[in-house]
Amino acid sequence: MKKSVIFGALTVAGLAAGAAAAGTLDDVKARGKLNCGVTTGLVGFAAPDANGKWDGFDVGVCRAVAAAVLGDPAAVEFVPTTGKTRFTALASGEIDMLARNTTWTFSRDVDLKFTFVGVNYYDGQGFMVPSELGVSSAKDLDGATVCIQTGTTTELNLADFFRANNISYEPVPIETNAEGQQQYLAGACDVYTTDASGLAATRATFEDPGAHVLLPEIISKEPLGPLVRHGDDNWGDVIRWTLNALITAEELGVSSANVGEMSSGTNNPEVNRLLGTEGNLGEMLGLSADWAKAAIMAGGNYGELFEKNIGENTPIGLARGLNAQWTDGGLIYSPPFR
Amino acid sequence: MTTLTDPPKESFRLSMLIYDSRYRSMTIQVVAMIFFMLVAAWLLNNAIINLNTLGKPISFKFLSNPAGYDINQRLLDYSSRDINLRAALIGLLNTLVVAVLGCITATIIGVIVGVLRLSSNWLVARIMTVYVEMFRNVPVLLWIILAWAILSESLPKIKSFRGENATSSMSLFDSVAITNRGIYIPEPLFSRSLGNIHLLGDSGLRFDISIDLIAIVVVLALSIFGMRKVTARANAVQEATGDRPTTWYIQLGILFVPMIALLVALGFHLGLPELKGFNFKGGTHLRNSLIALWLALSLYTAAFIAEIVRGGIMAISKGQSEAAAALGLRPNRTMSLVILPQALRVIIPPMISNYLNLTKNSSLAIAVGYFDLTGTLGGVTLNQTGRELECVLLLMLVYLVISLLISAVMNWYNKRVELVER
Repeated sequence: MKKSVIFGALTVAGLAAGAAAAGTLDDVKARGKLNCGVTTGLVGFAAPDANGKWDGFDVGVCRAVAAAVLGDPAAVEFVPTTGKTRFTALASGEIDMLARNTTWTFSRDVDLKFTFVGVNYYDGQGFMVPSELGVSSAKDLDGATVCIQTGTTTELNLADFFRANNISYEPVPIETNAEGQQQYLAGACDVYTTDASGLAATRATFEDPGAHVLLPEIISKEPLGPLVRHGDDNWGDVIRWTLNALITAEELGVSSANVGEMSSGTNNPEVNRLLGTEGNLGEMLGLSADWAKAAIMAGGNYGELFEKNIGENTPIGLARGLNAQWTDGGLIYSPPFR
Repeated sequence: MTTLTDPPKESFRLSMLIYDSRYRSMTIQVVAMIFFMLVAAWLLNNAIINLNTLGKPISFKFLSNPAGYDINQRLLDYSSRDINLRAALIGLLNTLVVAVLGCITATIIGVIVGVLRLSSNWLVARIMTVYVEMFRNVPVLLWIILAWAILSESLPKIKSFRGENATSSMSLFDSVAITNRGIYIPEPLFSRSLGNIHLLGDSGLRFDISIDLIAIVVVLALSIFGMRKVTARANAVQEATGDRPTTWYIQLGILFVPMIALLVALGFHLGLPELKGFNFKGGTHLRNSLIALWLALSLYTAAFIAEIVRGGIMAISKGQSEAAAALGLRPNRTMSLVILPQALRVIIPPMISNYLNLTKNSSLAIAVGYFDLTGTLGGVTLNQTGRELECVLLLMLVYLVISLLISAVMNWYNKRVELVER
């Protein structure tokens, strides 16, 4: 771990100026592959399936970008990152974008010099406990042993929450979600805390998910989204508008099923602009005219990605909630394609 | 008539730097040095410029910002509102704790195993060989994780202590609880404590010294001083009269009476762990992470130390033990009086590097969630502040200082046991 940090720091020092000067978009096109940073494995968000093929909600964003830029959703090199290595990997240029349920915070944006291009999941930190403990509120957790993933915002939120409520706890820092799961199931900690979506995803993999409850308290705001390095606005725009294209597609009813049909022209000018049959939005981004079509074809629009990977019909079973379209009372909202 | 003339004075010419063998090696070294420093300066300059372009100039201001995270094992008071510097200090102390504990146990196990490996008992010698080969040929990280996994999976869960039909119970007259979260042991408490001396005010490096502890150390030192006096007097009497006075009850009295008096005066009692709510409360909590790390590091390093000890003993010629036997020394006295003192001279130098290794290997601590220096300064602080270069430089500096201190102490000890040659 220490070694990778040193190498990372040296690479930042050695290469960053060069990486920032050249366009990431050109680099990716020349390479023919998008290097996308994801988690080391969180079912539903990013995890390799039985055949070793990466799959999940965050993976869907990577594939959409690869499809938009390179025309091939499979042209992605997935780089698994931990909470600790992700920023070094991005800053050093090892990855072109990071789609790893990363919380958009002031200091990450301003001080760590990253650009968050949007939010693909509005989350909040929650707690999971075995139901046999009979705990119904996080405020009853005085003296509990809590497993936390180190190097994440959850660590800081947790300290703040327990401090504000004047209750004590014993933190058990762990490196990856898999370790956290093992420690929690072994009873080495009473509580497992991370983003509520992550908890649901983790619980879905348990032998007996019913024996564990998520506590009602959501103790933080965790807007999760993809991010890129500061200093390459053009590349940032590509990711931002690819994500927006997926969101707009859902809003306008464009799905992977009907995108072929719709791209031959519709009565709705915004759909036409989105799919490149009208105007030159793709050219402005430095992409082909049908970039958004390719992105939608890759894994479907935002709603499809959600339903397929983490929605109510999957083992993870997350409701849309805050992540519904703004027209349905949620927070998912894309600026117009104009 | 003779004329005394000075030998022709050789004037220094620049070309001599290359063609004169007296200067040549010096020239090459100077040039190599300049070249080396230029490369270093270029690397440093490059890093600084690039960090500036990234908008992250080197700055250590983050050390005085609130850390924001909690640390489970803390030897000094610490809360999440304390600054990063203090978090680093807590981590450093945790590193030192595991390093000191590890070095002591590794030495004990290593010496025993090393001696037993030479045993004439076939079974014992073979078992020790298997131990040494197993431990030193598997990476220490795996041993650490294995120890941790065994502790957390096989020891009784907290919930099995709870309720009417608890399946587990505390050991040693209900004073020790062995759980898969660690071992809870009684802690020493003083009901009439003398208080603490508070040093360094409110700064990040503040710490308290317990006056009780100072008192205990002082009394212990005085007792030992007294015991040595008694021994010296007994020796003098023996020299003079040939009869050695019986001193053991005086010795024991000097050792125990003042200490017991002091402990009674301070109101010494043990605080027992007790199951309250989610966890055991009270007592000292030896966390699984500490035990796993300590155990794995000790066993791993002990395998190397055993080999060093064995090598050291084998370096002493057989004639020495034969001579000792001829003088009528029993085998264990031969070992402790003849072989080991000589073997130590061979053993100490490689031992130093094993202590250094153990200390540096303790940086694997975060694999089992032990908050050492790498976990605090090089882990959470680095991550939350994004100051990779500064944190890593500081880490390297601290480990360097620790290692140099260990080397200095061990070299001093080595000087003392070294063969004095006249």
